[in-house]
Amino acid sequence: MEPLEQLHARLLSAFPGAEISIVNNPGPAAQHSLLLPAALAREIAFFLRDDPALRLDYCSNVTGIDWLKAGHIEVVYHLYSMALKHGPVIIRLRTANRTDAVTLPSLTPVWRACEFQEREVFDLYGVVFDGHPDLRRILMWDEFKDHPMRKDYIEPDDYEWEPTPHGAIHDKAKAHYPAAVTPAEGAAKP
Amino acid sequence: MIASDISPLASRLSSGAHTRAVTDPFHGDLLEVSMGPHHPSTHGVFRMQVTLDGETIVKLKPVFGYLHRNHEKLGESTSYLGSMPYTDRLDYLNSMTNNWAYALAVEQLAGQPVPERAEYLRVILAELTRLLNHTCLAGFLLQDCGCSGTPLMYAFREREKILDLFEALSGSRMMCNFQRFGGCRTDASPEWLAAAKQLTDGYGAFLDEYERLITGNEILMARTQGVGALKPDLAISAGITGPMLRATGVDYDLRKVDGYGFYPRFEFRVPLGDHGDTYDRYMIRVLEMRESIKIIQQAFATLPAGPVMDPKAKLRGFRPKPGEAYGRIEGPRGEIGFYLVSDGTPNPYRYRVRPPSFVNLTLLEDLCLGHTVADAVIILGSIDIVLGEVDR
Amino acid sequence: MLGSGLLSGLAVTAKNLVGSFHDPARLTTVEYPEQQAKLPEAYRNFPFLVSENATDPMGTLRCVACQICEKECPPQCIYIEKSKDKKPDATGKLQLYPAIFDIDTSVCMSCQICVEVCPFEAIKMDQVFAIATTDRFDALLLKREQLAKPNAYYHTIHPTEAAEVDARLATERKAAAEKAAAAAAAKAAAPKPPAPPPAA
Repeated sequence: MEPLEQLHARLLSAFPGAEISIVNNPGPAAQHSLLLPAALAREIAFFLRDDPALRLDYCSNVTGIDWLKAGHIEVVYHLYSMALKHGPVIIRLRTANRTDAVTLPSLTPVWRACEFQEREVFDLYGVVFDGHPDLRRILMWDEFKDHPMRKDYIEPDDYEWEPTPHGAIHDKAKAHYPAAVTPAEGAAKP
Repeated sequence: MIASDISPLASRLSSGAHTRAVTDPFHGDLLEVSMGPHHPSTHGVFRMQVTLDGETIVKLKPVFGYLHRNHEKLGESTSYLGSMPYTDRLDYLNSMTNNWAYALAVEQLAGQPVPERAEYLRVILAELTRLLNHTCLAGFLLQDCGCSGTPLMYAFREREKILDLFEALSGSRMMCNFQRFGGCRTDASPEWLAAAKQLTDGYGAFLDEYERLITGNEILMARTQGVGALKPDLAISAGITGPMLRATGVDYDLRKVDGYGFYPRFEFRVPLGDHGDTYDRYMIRVLEMRESIKIIQQAFATLPAGPVMDPKAKLRGFRPKPGEAYGRIEGPRGEIGFYLVSDGTPNPYRYRVRPPSFVNLTLLEDLCLGHTVADAVIILGSIDIVLGEVDR
Repeated sequence: MLGSGLLSGLAVTAKNLVGSFHDPARLTTVEYPEQQAKLPEAYRNFPFLVSENATDPMGTLRCVACQICEKECPPQCIYIEKSKDKKPDATGKLQLYPAIFDIDTSVCMSCQICVEVCPFEAIKMDQVFAIATTDRFDALLLKREQLAKPNAYYHTIHPTEAAEVDARLATERKAAAEKAAAAAAAKAAAPKPPAPPPAA
């Protein structure tokens, strides 16, 4: 497969003026990725899928990453080609912030494989995918409020009481069930 | 639901299905049936919300998440090593391949080499896992067809022998927790290798027996041929992997494509189907088992001596440099991948599992439309899901 | 011929049915409580603490309360409190010991990571699997008195591994003893501080 720099240059010539940049991976894996502008993401994705030299017809993995310090949520797509047996090409999309501007274009129209995985990112990270055919919660139940994979998610404190020696867990449960804990605790400890 | 001697409510409860009529101006009265979550045909806690026109499925929505424990969040709150036993619990039939996929991703992330003998052991164990998984599937698929008992018991009899091997090597039948970053936890003793070799050599005879029992069976053919047929282009677009993809005729096997481990050193074929229907999915698995036996026998013949753990590998205080890696292997159900982002701390910043059966479920509705409820059960069975992995 | 597949399948089941009466290899089950399958040596269930001898298990625990296993345990089922004082270990070196060592077996998932990370060979995997109790809470929270088992017991359940561990510990102790002896000898041989000049 062509080097990422060459692909980057080709994308820039196909989409003049688009803010496409290479995100460097400093680790030994050296799987570098392309950061795409959200507005053009679907067009670029169609280009990647249909370009005869690339033919990235297989979207393997869709991941949400919550960058709490940088203040955005990233969605990473790992693309491979089943026809030409090469890959991966990794593309990233970023939301504007983590609160009210969390909409990204859905790539499900390009690769059907994104259908459940984008629903999962919506469920666990709260990224809204524009153009997704069936954007509902997938792993958590429909009435659930928060997005549990976000880094600032506060876990619930309604633990069932059990005689754990780990004080922190116990204190949280105590705060949640002040009345229910005390008799059980009294009964369990001689 | 033919139970005249019990009340209608009791019969409804005992069948596990909750039904209500749906009025639809184009189809007349449709019936919405909720199959599951507690239903023996769903291989775990999985629900299919099916809309029926008579006996024919016109709409099907898979509902899952009943087993969700936020495995990925657990992975982010524990060390790299601490996630290894949790990967056993993803796809609890195939813990060896889950371990390998995770170890591979971490090794890519940290640039950790693996000794040769460990790679051979990994290949042997992964192929034994493939035998185990496909044997189970062949049994369960027949169970889903309504053939209760015999084929499943024959399959489990053989599976138990492989599990005994895993127990003798790793200490646990199913929660093996065997691979480490930079090798395997313990070395296989000569006795273990002899026992594994004996099992592998005898496995072909079991497959012959099993195929005589079931493959040519006319009822199985009538039930499965042409049921749930999948087109290759749709399968590729939907990211279907593993035997389900190869049953449609797409030649994509990561053992050949990525050539991870030492698979390029072994000679084996990738069986391909033609119709992509349920029968092809069954046959592909039987043929893959025969190829797996060949791989294991070659690995035994050329197994090198040496350490199984890289001496520089760190068990405690393992901190990869900042970076990210996506490692994937060909698990028995398809591509199982781990995507890890490190920020230099002992815990991964992001730990993502790409579960094969979760993605393979994408096309459940497409496969089932136009078929009957009984066919939906065997189609789901032939997709081969494990809910521990789907729900994570 | 239609039906030949069915008939060949029936022949297989008939062979297995009849065979199970004649061929012990085809009888793959045992009558569990009366007969028990032999556990492999590597089998692991829940951790226990190794003590040097059976007569004084609390005094001869190998554990030095370093809390590495507590930190590494994935489901966080270990709880340790260090002692206030120190006791000599097998090499005679003064070490801390665990004043409290609890393992919550209702949380433990038998992953063996505590065993692998322990630098002192102090915690090993047990093979007792029939541990059903009528109390879901305290009976499954094992204290250090219940966890301590002598090294001889370790030899009975994991003989190969225990022999390796003993050999390794013996060399370590020998090295430590030699080092201590050398240090003592060096101290003895070291030139005495210059004696005060004799009074003239």
